[in-house]
Amino acid sequence: MGGKIFAVLVIVIAIASAVPIISHTFLGASVKPPEDISTHGAEIDKQLDETMVEAGLSFLAAQFVLGFFVWQFGGRKAGPLKNFPGGAKYLVLAAVLLVGAEAIALGALGTKAWARVYFLPASADALPIQVQAGQFAFYFRYAGPDGKFGVIHPEKIDEGNSNFFGLDPENDIPARDDITSGELVIPANKEIHLMMHAKDVGHSFYVRELRIQQDFVPGLDLSLHFTATKVGKYEIVCTQLCGLGHYNMKAYLNVMSPDDFDKWLKTQSQ
Amino acid sequence: MSEASAHGVHHAAPTGFVRKYVFSLDHKIIGLQYYALALVAVVTGMVLSWLMRIHLIAPNWPIPGLQFLSKVGAPGGVMTPEYYLSLMTMHGTLMVFFVLTNAPFAAFGNYFLPIQIGAEDMAFPRFNMMSFWTTFIAFCILISAFFVGDGPPLAGWTAYAPLSAVGKDSGPGEGVGQTLWALSIFVFCIASLLGALNFIATTLDLRTKGMTLARMPIVTWAWFITSCISLLAFAVLMPACLLLILDRIGGTSFFIPSGLNVSDHLQPHEGGSPLLWQHLFWFFGHPEVYIAILPAIGIVSHILINSMRKPMLSNKVIIYCMMAIGFLSYMVWGHHMFLSGMNPFSALVFSFPTLMITIPATIMTLIWLGSLYGSNLRMNAASLFCLGFISMFVSGGVSGFFLAQPSIDIYLHATYFVVGHFHMVMGVAAIFGIFAGTYFWFPKMTGHMMNETLGRVHFWLTFIGTYCIFMPFHYLGLAGNVRRYSAFTDDFLVPLLPVHKFITYSALFTGAVQLIFLGNLIYSRLKGPQATANPWEATSLEWSTPSSPPPFDNFGGQHPVVYHDPYQYGVKSSTADYLMQTSPERAGETP
Repeated sequence: MGGKIFAVLVIVIAIASAVPIISHTFLGASVKPPEDISTHGAEIDKQLDETMVEAGLSFLAAQFVLGFFVWQFGGRKAGPLKNFPGGAKYLVLAAVLLVGAEAIALGALGTKAWARVYFLPASADALPIQVQAGQFAFYFRYAGPDGKFGVIHPEKIDEGNSNFFGLDPENDIPARDDITSGELVIPANKEIHLMMHAKDVGHSFYVRELRIQQDFVPGLDLSLHFTATKVGKYEIVCTQLCGLGHYNMKAYLNVMSPDDFDKWLKTQSQ
Repeated sequence: MSEASAHGVHHAAPTGFVRKYVFSLDHKIIGLQYYALALVAVVTGMVLSWLMRIHLIAPNWPIPGLQFLSKVGAPGGVMTPEYYLSLMTMHGTLMVFFVLTNAPFAAFGNYFLPIQIGAEDMAFPRFNMMSFWTTFIAFCILISAFFVGDGPPLAGWTAYAPLSAVGKDSGPGEGVGQTLWALSIFVFCIASLLGALNFIATTLDLRTKGMTLARMPIVTWAWFITSCISLLAFAVLMPACLLLILDRIGGTSFFIPSGLNVSDHLQPHEGGSPLLWQHLFWFFGHPEVYIAILPAIGIVSHILINSMRKPMLSNKVIIYCMMAIGFLSYMVWGHHMFLSGMNPFSALVFSFPTLMITIPATIMTLIWLGSLYGSNLRMNAASLFCLGFISMFVSGGVSGFFLAQPSIDIYLHATYFVVGHFHMVMGVAAIFGIFAGTYFWFPKMTGHMMNETLGRVHFWLTFIGTYCIFMPFHYLGLAGNVRRYSAFTDDFLVPLLPVHKFITYSALFTGAVQLIFLGNLIYSRLKGPQATANPWEATSLEWSTPSSPPPFDNFGGQHPVVYHDPYQYGVKSSTADYLMQTSPERAGETP
């Protein structure tokens, strides 16, 4: 009796687990990645989908076989004992070949998507923007008309006077025309070169729609590059535990048409 | 300690309560002490998870009584965001270290490893006592962090620097509490190293006559392999914690670079690297996953063979797979750090062996499934939890396939997908192993049978409940729900609240179900029917002891002699369908 109940239960659970994955909804909430707005995201999504198919089928197959065998042999008393046809040898061989091939194939395919984001440097004409993460806000900085960023002086950071980056405009000429913003405003279809700086502790930069995530590492300035393709407002959230306000550390990514972006930049530099 | 022989170290049976039950040298008592400590830790950890789950769906709802635990952290019973993070940190630390490391490995291992190899005790009984009491001190230090002025630590069980290193400037929960956390883990590492050495020495030196390595039960192998992993893993975490403590109170800068402005204070540090902490931590942290799961794999295989009444398709393959997993576990720590800022090329180097771990894991799963075929599977609470373990191991395993790939990790990293993955495969699966072990070995440990009906009810409800909790975590992750948030205020997270509510209700339900288990433990210990010497008709040495629980020297002055492989089931013999390892009889024929 217990065997049959277990068999039914495990198969019901397996199917019930798969339904929200296939229908993309659970209890009325959408449970799939939002529409991708980047040029590199399609490859990541494809990798995710392919892995979902392979992992999903393995999951269902294993749970079904488990249920099936327990249905058949659970609680059986003193039947003739049998061994699985072929014994361990073929099962080991199957696991090595199938899973090995699957792992190598997925690993190799996924490399391309990873490489697009992390191996290639930003192109020379990408728009450089600096982002600084601190407890519990992001600030963004544009180089201004001179195309040069002022130097950061951590000891000069003064949030009360809006000197979020610790700039020293009196002595540092490139710093004078730097534009600081609490929102990441970017033009659509233009590559962005994000230079990441942590002010205090570790943080992370995550935009679901952009399929981008990267930690800020204190003491290590990192680069990230991406191209957004769709005008709109998206949330940037922190994904590295950074203290009590972590849950509320966010900013907006505002993707504008190139014309709107130029206008915005002009109003900022006045 | 007078004579160290192949049969163990002789020491006289203790007299007096303190020597017998408190500062005991007896591995069985020490095993039970570890089990009791793990029970206290798991109950505490579970209550913390309840509080967190309630806070997540109702951030402003006062939880009655919480204000007495911390006036500052929960004024009027309403949890502050920082207190949420503190409870989360304590939950993770308690569960990973004091439950998942202690119960399947230290508790059951201490109790049964010496008996299963025919020894009278561990190789170093005094070390053994010291391991437990050092662990207990570590536990007390950690719990004391609840009651310090500026609150319990909040940097998570991973304690990433510099948040964990710069001290009070980085906010509440980063004062004395964080130092206590690091000290607690440092002490825990010492205890684990002592324990691991003891397990290794015992297994290698104290096997009884006829007990070759190949004749050791799978679970004995699992504990042995786990001790080898522990020895290397905790040996790295221990100095890492020491360096963290020095950064916090000694003015050093191992993990803190220059130029940090924390809360308007320029930090007096320079030259350190936050990534160094991550490397050291995960070099321990990934093997730790296998420290939790390998003993459960061993326990489940051991019990399943007994329940199936026939041997596994291959014991050796399972043992080799455990070794392969142990070996690979040291080459994959970087998959926790794909997006940490380390060289992106190294992501591929860490990704490949991570994907390769799927191979031994799949082999083991197929061997379990293939062995079920054609068996006379006995259905009871112990075997149900073993079957539940296989189901969970598969569910938690396949999600690892996503996270092993750096490209997918860009999207899923730090989301609830990760939380669902590790809770299923190292949390629930390992805990199912603990449950299976408890139902199976309770008669030997106490001399009483556990109530079978309550055991089955406990399984059915727990099995359904844990799936209801942890499967939806994956859906949340796919929707991009980030973890370690004390409230969901972001536009895209608010629509996911119904899923969180479902999880919270499931967690409250499943947690409450565990009262059945606790009740069964207490009731059966007091009122359970007397257990016979070998109620499960099992073959390994723990069932050859003259009484349940076994006498002080395990075999009543005798030295058992082993004649067989550990799992002579499905054979023709004078004892029905099995032959004990100590039986000199030869099996009639195998079907």
